[in-house]
Amino acid sequence: MTAAARIEFREHPGWGRGFLTLAGALGLLVLGGLGGAHVMESEGHWVTGMSNRIVWGTPHVFAVFLIVAASGALNVASISSVFGRELYKPLARLSGVLAVSLLAGGLAVLVLDLGRPDRLIVAMTVYNFKSIFAWNIFLYTGFFAVVIVYLWMMMEKRMNRFSKPVGTFAFLWRLVLTTGTGSIFGFLVARQAYDTAVMAPMFIAMSLAFGHAIFLLVVMAASAGTGRPLGDEVVRRLKNLLGIFLAATLYFVAVQHLTNLYIAERQGVERFLLAEGGIYTWLFWVGHVGIGCLVPIALVFAPATASSRGAAGLAAVLAVVGGIAQIYVIIIGGQAYPLVLVPGMEAAGSVLDAGIAPYVPSVYEIALGLGGVGLALLLATIAIKVLPVLPESLADVPAK
Amino acid sequence: MTGAATMELTRRALLQGAAATVVALAPGVTLLLGPAPSEARAPGTPVSAKTRWGLLVDVSRYAEVADTVVEACRTENGWTGHGRPLTDPQWVRNVTLNDPRTGAVRTLPVMCQHCEHPPCVDVCPTGASFRRADGVVLVDKHICIGCRYCMMACPFGVRFFVHENVTGQKPHAPRGKGTVESCTLCVHRLDAGRRPACVEAAERKSPGAMIFGDLNDPNSEIARAVGRHVALRLRADLGLDQGVFYKGLNG
Repeated sequence: MTAAARIEFREHPGWGRGFLTLAGALGLLVLGGLGGAHVMESEGHWVTGMSNRIVWGTPHVFAVFLIVAASGALNVASISSVFGRELYKPLARLSGVLAVSLLAGGLAVLVLDLGRPDRLIVAMTVYNFKSIFAWNIFLYTGFFAVVIVYLWMMMEKRMNRFSKPVGTFAFLWRLVLTTGTGSIFGFLVARQAYDTAVMAPMFIAMSLAFGHAIFLLVVMAASAGTGRPLGDEVVRRLKNLLGIFLAATLYFVAVQHLTNLYIAERQGVERFLLAEGGIYTWLFWVGHVGIGCLVPIALVFAPATASSRGAAGLAAVLAVVGGIAQIYVIIIGGQAYPLVLVPGMEAAGSVLDAGIAPYVPSVYEIALGLGGVGLALLLATIAIKVLPVLPESLADVPAK
Repeated sequence: MTGAATMELTRRALLQGAAATVVALAPGVTLLLGPAPSEARAPGTPVSAKTRWGLLVDVSRYAEVADTVVEACRTENGWTGHGRPLTDPQWVRNVTLNDPRTGAVRTLPVMCQHCEHPPCVDVCPTGASFRRADGVVLVDKHICIGCRYCMMACPFGVRFFVHENVTGQKPHAPRGKGTVESCTLCVHRLDAGRRPACVEAAERKSPGAMIFGDLNDPNSEIARAVGRHVALRLRADLGLDQGVFYKGLNG
């Protein structure tokens, strides 16, 4: 393989029907999201499935998924710049672009789900530095800045020599960022489903897997959509990495639940999530563990499907679906289990205390969440269209 | 009952009470006035950390006043619902706890516990959740962005997101759609030298069912009562040092 081979990056010429259709469809998703947010803000959150028991709903599932995936979308750029793998260099720019666009989509959902999104300026100017949320505001805005500078270093020839140190900085930043996102839950001492330090590394593993899955799908779609060849070797490496990241996610999930099972006061919430939780139990075992991890791991490593590009794409799709299921269980399932006011006593008399909290996502919440996905993909699509992000060819370079 | 208007504890009456006083309102009807929590705070005077407001609930007698307490809070602070229990606010709510081993049942009020180390204050990104020097935990409605992280962090489920438009607000208890609210310990009354509305209402019906006062004052009724009885706090394992105590929770 020729490491020194010159890579020609080029924007996508012309305004073909395919591009316009894709951009239009994604634009409609964004409009739907804005519509959902508008109803939620003007009517109040009572029109959603959220309540004073399920205070974070489906918008948070999408927002957290996109933010976590944003960090993981930077994998390929990091592997290229920080770990010096030349094979990934042609994909590094797309990796950075996708990281920025996914974060933008996730943050848009998060902000539009606030009770007072008009007070965003307050959130940006008034800080309580003891709050992990406040740290995350810096980590998120900082991630934008760091990755944009990183992209500049990669795309501007005179700056290329700085791409390794800046890439290393971005790599460390995204690790801290995902630690921060996981710690939003890890620091919640009140709830048995959270309150564990393993949330931070678990979210890092999740980010590696989800972001990588989305990246693989975007690379496949972009190469097909722009008519640029994509080599089998690139796909093989990417899908193998996806399998490893999914295995790492399963490992941390196992550690989290095994730890909780060992702690007597947490056996109730574990029984709920793993055995008796209805939709949450199904989403955990079938959605996350089965469809989201075991099946895609089998698809990418089993000899029968290991060399199939279709199987690699399917594995990535399943990883995304399973990832959303996992975050749904973490966020909604974790809240559905009642708070324990007095250990050993059962509460009754108030829907705020007794039993499993009901939750059905409303159409407004789903629209807002999908709007964030639409925004992320629309930004990436426009970037591929107007910026030299994709190389002219991703075909395998024969070894000399 | 005659002279309902005279039931209203006036500030003057409270300020007079250096010690518990029994006032005859009508034949057979007496009113027990507890000691006043403090002098009214003069405008411009900062809140002092010398005071730590606290509340002691006698669980064995609380059932008698349970509905009265909730109604008094609702009337005083103007929080009303829309018949949607999961999204309506309930600054104070009555919770029935059942011991599955013995079948013993307790009813107790659950409201903001006004923690010394409040998790809601720790997690609030803008500092809208804050703790006053005298131990009252409040929400600054002007900088609350409605992120609801405080509701995730509170172990007692006593914070409420305002899910819909509000009407009939009280000037002393502003509310706003899209922000979070909770029991203020009737801070407007405290600053005027009065006690929370729930405590006064409970006092009228069952004197001593709820005792309010300064935990830092060793001579206050509440400090003496907390010292004398086994008074527990909810989720004491979390070490949050709440201002709300429950007597008789364990038997």
